[in-house]
Amino acid sequence: MSAPAPTMFTPEAKALMESLGLTQGRPNLEVFSETLLELAQDDPNVVVVTSDSRGSGKLVPFGNALPQQIVEVGIAEQNLVGITAGLAACGKKAFGVSPGCFLTARSLEQIKNDVCYSDVPATLIGISSGVSYGALGSTHHSLHDLAVLRALNNITIIVPADNTETREAIRVASTAPSPMFVRFGKAAMVDLPREKSFELGKASVIREGTDVAFLATGETVIHALLAAAQLEGEGIFSRVLSMHTIKPLDAEAILRAARDCRAIVTVEEHLVHGGLGEACASVLMHAGMAKPFRIVGIADEETVTGAQADIFRHYGISMEGLTETARALLVQA
Amino acid sequence: MTDRELEIKAIGLRKRLLGVIVGAGAGHTGGGLSCLDILNVLYNRVLKVSPETFTDLHRDRYVQSKGHCVEALYTVLSDRGFFPPSDLETVCHYQSHYVGHPTRHIPGIEMNTGALGHGLPICIGMALAGKMDRAPYRVFTLLGDGELAEGSNWEAALAGAHYQLDNLVAILDHNRLQITGPTKEVMSTAPLAEKWQAFGWDVREVDGHDYTELTEALTNAPAAGKPLVVIANTVKGKGVSFMENVPKWHHGVPSSEEYEQALAELNQLEGAA
Repeated sequence: MSAPAPTMFTPEAKALMESLGLTQGRPNLEVFSETLLELAQDDPNVVVVTSDSRGSGKLVPFGNALPQQIVEVGIAEQNLVGITAGLAACGKKAFGVSPGCFLTARSLEQIKNDVCYSDVPATLIGISSGVSYGALGSTHHSLHDLAVLRALNNITIIVPADNTETREAIRVASTAPSPMFVRFGKAAMVDLPREKSFELGKASVIREGTDVAFLATGETVIHALLAAAQLEGEGIFSRVLSMHTIKPLDAEAILRAARDCRAIVTVEEHLVHGGLGEACASVLMHAGMAKPFRIVGIADEETVTGAQADIFRHYGISMEGLTETARALLVQA
Repeated sequence: MTDRELEIKAIGLRKRLLGVIVGAGAGHTGGGLSCLDILNVLYNRVLKVSPETFTDLHRDRYVQSKGHCVEALYTVLSDRGFFPPSDLETVCHYQSHYVGHPTRHIPGIEMNTGALGHGLPICIGMALAGKMDRAPYRVFTLLGDGELAEGSNWEAALAGAHYQLDNLVAILDHNRLQITGPTKEVMSTAPLAEKWQAFGWDVREVDGHDYTELTEALTNAPAAGKPLVVIANTVKGKGVSFMENVPKWHHGVPSSEEYEQALAELNQLEGAA
């Protein structure tokens, strides 16, 4: 008997999603490759570099349409980053695309030196990041990438939470004068409501509230939004921010949330060390803001086996888990 | 300039190189002396780049993969007028732009290097950009032989042949010594020429201190559709008797006595020239 396919959302969460009128979007990677193709059709200097990753990067249509603007390097991530840097140094708007787990670990030194230190206008795209690869295990998870890249000077880090943020991030990257890293997972994304259009370095307000602030990023934001909606039924009003730009971090939005709300929960598909949560904690402590605070992310242990949905649920990255975390935290507030 | 004139210039460059290292209190003396003639030929005969054309899109590119020998590069760039010689007095000093490895803060330097095994992949990207743009420029990198133990070089070697980058030249400063001792004892690269040939590269082997051989290898048309590697057989510490082939001069800084002795030797050579 085969195991039932794990689902990311419980029936209750799905019902809530429907009642909020949220619509199902597509995987961010598809939107990334479509946007990049549009940009590259208008500008022959836009080139993409892949490490046997055009299939997983959804770049087959790009390769078919613009074979002169795609460079295949084979399974060689160090070479991928070095070549991307060299292309960028010679006038190309180069996008290096590789699974986040390999890109930000095996070729970290190339990112540090060839891209960041040399300050070339290259964009690195981490695909299938976080725990997107699920049960393939820790070799294929990137739960360190935000931490290591935050520790590098001269790189903008973006983790889009939906198709809109993806499209805008890639457009920004195509004209950025300095290095960028954009992190994608594999899941189909829900279109998030937002009051204002995407602005680099400015958190997107997904929902307003003054009880709990959920500062979430990437594929976790939808879970924070659902938790906020569920808590509203209990008279708890939550703010939800999509912290799409991890660096430079929107300190103003974090401090505003701390001033306006009674408790703060950060949510990320990353180890609890060195990512969004600790970055927010640092902003708060420097400002002397002490609020009940929880970092929800992947624990510092060998990650549990399972699909992305299983892993999310296991570590409390779900409507149910986040609702519980928020309730418990408000008791202290 | 004739070979002889360049050789005489090289004596002066060696004296300045030692002065830079003494002034910095740090540096890579042996490797700097081994690659100095290569740089002298590159910047005075081969590279289509000058202080005036350094921002031209069609300039030749040079990336020094063995970034630790930056003092030799600084010396040659300064001699070619990329920046005033007085700047060399600040190398490695507090708040100086002249770091102990190449950075783009310095006019004439294309990329920040210093971690080994980075130059060749970068140059693959630069050469690919040149091909895409049908641009006339060539791309050059200088590798150390100890550096070849870095696997990224061989990833790039595959790519260079795969993309038929005949606008790319890798020069190997084959001085046979690294910090621990002889390269063949630390991690042998032999058979070197055969390795590059097997990777699909055009291979030229020269005396890395012979101006005629270096010039020919670096200027003669490359084999169509093949990247070129020039294996330059060199002597680590070349030009100063007590430094030649002595591993401790990898990053040894001369004492004032040693500096005087080295200058005396080089002055004598200059006087005899």
